[in-house]
Amino acid sequence: MTDLTRLTAAETAAAIRERSVSAVEVAQAHLDRVAAVDGQVHAFLHVDGEGALAQAKRVDAGELSGPLAGVPLALKDVMTMEGIPTTCGSRILEGWRPPYDATVTARLKAAGVVILGKTNMDEFAMGSSTEHSAYGPTRNPWDLARIPGGSGGGSSAALASYQAPLAIGTDTGGSIRQPASVTGTVGVKPTYGGVSRYGLVAFSSSLDQAGPCARTVLDAALLHEVIAGHDPRDSTSIDAPVPPVVEAAAARDLTGLRVGVVTELTGDGYEPGVQARFDEAVQVLRDLGATVTEVSCPHFDFALPAYYLIAPSEASSNLARFDAVRYGLRVGDDGVNSLEDVMALSRAQGFGAEVKRRIILGTYALSSGYYDAYYGQAQKVRTLITRDFERAWESVDVLVAPTCPTVAFPLGAKLEDPLAMYRQDIASIPANLYGGPAASFPAGLSEGLPVGLQVMAPTLRDDLLYRVGGAFEHASPAPVPTLDWES
Amino acid sequence: MAYDDDLREFEPVIGLETHVELGTASKMFCGCATEFGAEPNTQTCPVCLGLPGALPVVNEKAIESTIRIGLALHCDIAVWCRFARKNYFYPDMPKNFQTSQYDEPLCTDGYLDVTVDGEVVRIPIERVHLEEDTGKSLHVGGATGRIHGASHSLVDYNRAGIPLVEIVTKPVVGTGARPAEVAKAYVTELRDVLRGLGVSDVKMEQGSLRCDVNVSLNRAGEQWGTRSETKNVNSLRSVERAVRSEVERQAERLRRGERIVQETRHFHEDTGHSTPGRSKEEATDYRYFPEPDLVPVAPDPAWVKGLLAALPEAPSLQRARLTAELGLSELDSQAMVNAGALDVVLATVAAGAPAAEARNWWLGHLAQEANTAGVDLAELAISPADVARVVALVSTGALTTTLAKQVVDGVLAGEGTPDEVVAARGLAVVSDEGALTAAVDEAIAANADVAQKVRTGKVAAAGALVGAVMRATRGQADAAAVRRIVLERLGVTE
Repeated sequence: MTDLTRLTAAETAAAIRERSVSAVEVAQAHLDRVAAVDGQVHAFLHVDGEGALAQAKRVDAGELSGPLAGVPLALKDVMTMEGIPTTCGSRILEGWRPPYDATVTARLKAAGVVILGKTNMDEFAMGSSTEHSAYGPTRNPWDLARIPGGSGGGSSAALASYQAPLAIGTDTGGSIRQPASVTGTVGVKPTYGGVSRYGLVAFSSSLDQAGPCARTVLDAALLHEVIAGHDPRDSTSIDAPVPPVVEAAAARDLTGLRVGVVTELTGDGYEPGVQARFDEAVQVLRDLGATVTEVSCPHFDFALPAYYLIAPSEASSNLARFDAVRYGLRVGDDGVNSLEDVMALSRAQGFGAEVKRRIILGTYALSSGYYDAYYGQAQKVRTLITRDFERAWESVDVLVAPTCPTVAFPLGAKLEDPLAMYRQDIASIPANLYGGPAASFPAGLSEGLPVGLQVMAPTLRDDLLYRVGGAFEHASPAPVPTLDWES
Repeated sequence: MAYDDDLREFEPVIGLETHVELGTASKMFCGCATEFGAEPNTQTCPVCLGLPGALPVVNEKAIESTIRIGLALHCDIAVWCRFARKNYFYPDMPKNFQTSQYDEPLCTDGYLDVTVDGEVVRIPIERVHLEEDTGKSLHVGGATGRIHGASHSLVDYNRAGIPLVEIVTKPVVGTGARPAEVAKAYVTELRDVLRGLGVSDVKMEQGSLRCDVNVSLNRAGEQWGTRSETKNVNSLRSVERAVRSEVERQAERLRRGERIVQETRHFHEDTGHSTPGRSKEEATDYRYFPEPDLVPVAPDPAWVKGLLAALPEAPSLQRARLTAELGLSELDSQAMVNAGALDVVLATVAAGAPAAEARNWWLGHLAQEANTAGVDLAELAISPADVARVVALVSTGALTTTLAKQVVDGVLAGEGTPDEVVAARGLAVVSDEGALTAAVDEAIAANADVAQKVRTGKVAAAGALVGAVMRATRGQADAAAVRRIVLERLGVTE
């Protein structure tokens, strides 16, 4: 019998529709897989076996249908799900069970998608390795001694270890794309406002964007279509039709497509193996009919510092609500300590070092007398980066670059050097500051580890990502992990 | 030294910040209800509780109300503006930031004319902006209900997220000897404007209208002094008292050569004085920045123009028109304005009473009752319609003036409508001519000496006999009728 966990989401959904397999069997196969391997990978923080099987039964009973009905999914622990623990990888939310579903969660449920559980992440999505989770790191299925990327390392590792064919990630500076890059999976950050943020626990409101993660381009497109679309509960949600992403994923050639290679996102700082795979990928695009030119985006050089002012500033405000008053961890409430003491003790113990670092950075950047020099200046850089993109769209349809300057690095390698960790996102951050869609597609291996091809497109042209990804995947199939650690 | 002397020595500069809870059906950023007095924490949801992941969506009705307030105050309306986050930690604020407006308010640069002692004073308006209210903390176990000494605190988030409009004046100079009167007149007029717009129930006692009072003093020709900001000023009377008390406090310090500290102060209704709160040195850095969860507000100019055209008549103009129509003198209408009686008088007239009668009731007996109870006229438990009914009963002769007062007191005591009080207390006028004649004869018999004086021409002495009859009928007789019968029985004509 076929191993159900090796099927794509599209194949799984088709098999369930044709009744050659039941949704319950599919769900059970994945729950068994989680039980078998997640002790080593640690992709999940919470597995909701009961809920998953109940949802699968509803699909089998014909109560729920759709292109992904019955397909299992791993939900990043930053999305609320009614009654299911949501920690954001933080101690401060330990034990909190949200009383409501995020819009993404609600749409998945309504589409018959079977949510297996919540996946590990860097605390409040701050990190590039998932080592900043308060609940221990997730490991990369390609090499358990290495990081699976971050912040959404749980979601990417779940895909690469066949614990789920679909996952939800969120991308503030690269948290969908960099994990996809280092695990050889597909990750798409939609246009900002394309997928509702309602129920996504905010890190940086003007940058956060939820998106689909999968092992194939078509699967990602199918998932994109389920979760995207206007939501009146998110004021920044775009009231426009979802771009035709599923149709675009079927592309097999790129004739007439104008591709720009970003000058500033190559060369120094990119590992030779990464650069080599990227150059080969560009050649594949050329072979598929695309015309390739080099495009300079001079302000991309300032994207990283601008990001590390804007994101922490917003985070310092967004994370203020974790004060031990209404929910979550409460420390030192002994009847002697003052309210301020309890708040301070709870935050001191509840937040990890990286979160504290960013709260302090952001608090400083917004403070009276420094606002103009830091936050204000960073917003100006953001505008210049947006102009770089807009100027690029005058001559090309999409921009490409390596997703990430390195392959997966060993656990612990960058923990003591925050700036080295931050540089993981050097190529992914510009798209967040601009707000346009961007994706990472598997582009071969360097030293046996996956490399990602990043594609960036104009706002609301998410379909172009899938067109490039679909054709590229067909011409250059994604590598498959050996998983030789499996006992 | 006396207050008047203070104001001869120093020139006051005042400023007022008024918070108005809008009367929208739902909250500022979510669909929760806004009923006052509901069970704690029953009008909440993930958004107004600031739960992780929840997002705000602007209440369009609140934007509309704020723009209407701005237009009524002759402000410019922004063509594009944003909300901002005001960051500080407080347990009654669920997100530990308040979504407010900072450097881009919806309405700017207007004015409100108020009348003090017959003179029009123009109060310049700096800005009108929209924000969300906080929850309410209840400190339990302490003696004073304040946080000091409390064993624990409870928080009610029903109020959290109710739309709140802040109306800020520019510094008001040149109020001379009347800063307190001007301040009170401004808040009163503002309250009337807001009530006329129908955007808020403007109940100071329930906190839907709250006021902060800024005061500074300087000697003539000198720079403005350092200001204090007195918070918790929650009645019209307190606005006046707070200004007076602060003028006196600052004048005394300045005279002693002490400096005024820039600080917030808390007003205490019971003592009429304020105590210091935060000083500027301890002030929070609110780290304002544009609210990234909301999109900018860009009101369509055509829509704003329509709102302007549809504004109700300003209360000051309405007053002028109605007093002219009712034939009231300027002095009369000013007296009514100062007593806060105009609205109720006009409403009583609208309910059918002659203007003079309505005025007499509200400025006379009812004003005394309100004063005794320490409430505004409008807060008395009698409605203008009730007063109009009493006036009608007197004019038809069903009640005497004396009886009418008893009926009014019955209504104030919660005994029902005027007609119910008349029925329950048996207060109908004794108009039976035979019964009255019998009572008069009894009085004449009992007071033969007085009767004789009247017979011999001392008509004024008849009052004693009338009084005796009135006592005997427990006031239920018509005194004029009694007097007529007394004179008839004694064969005297006036």
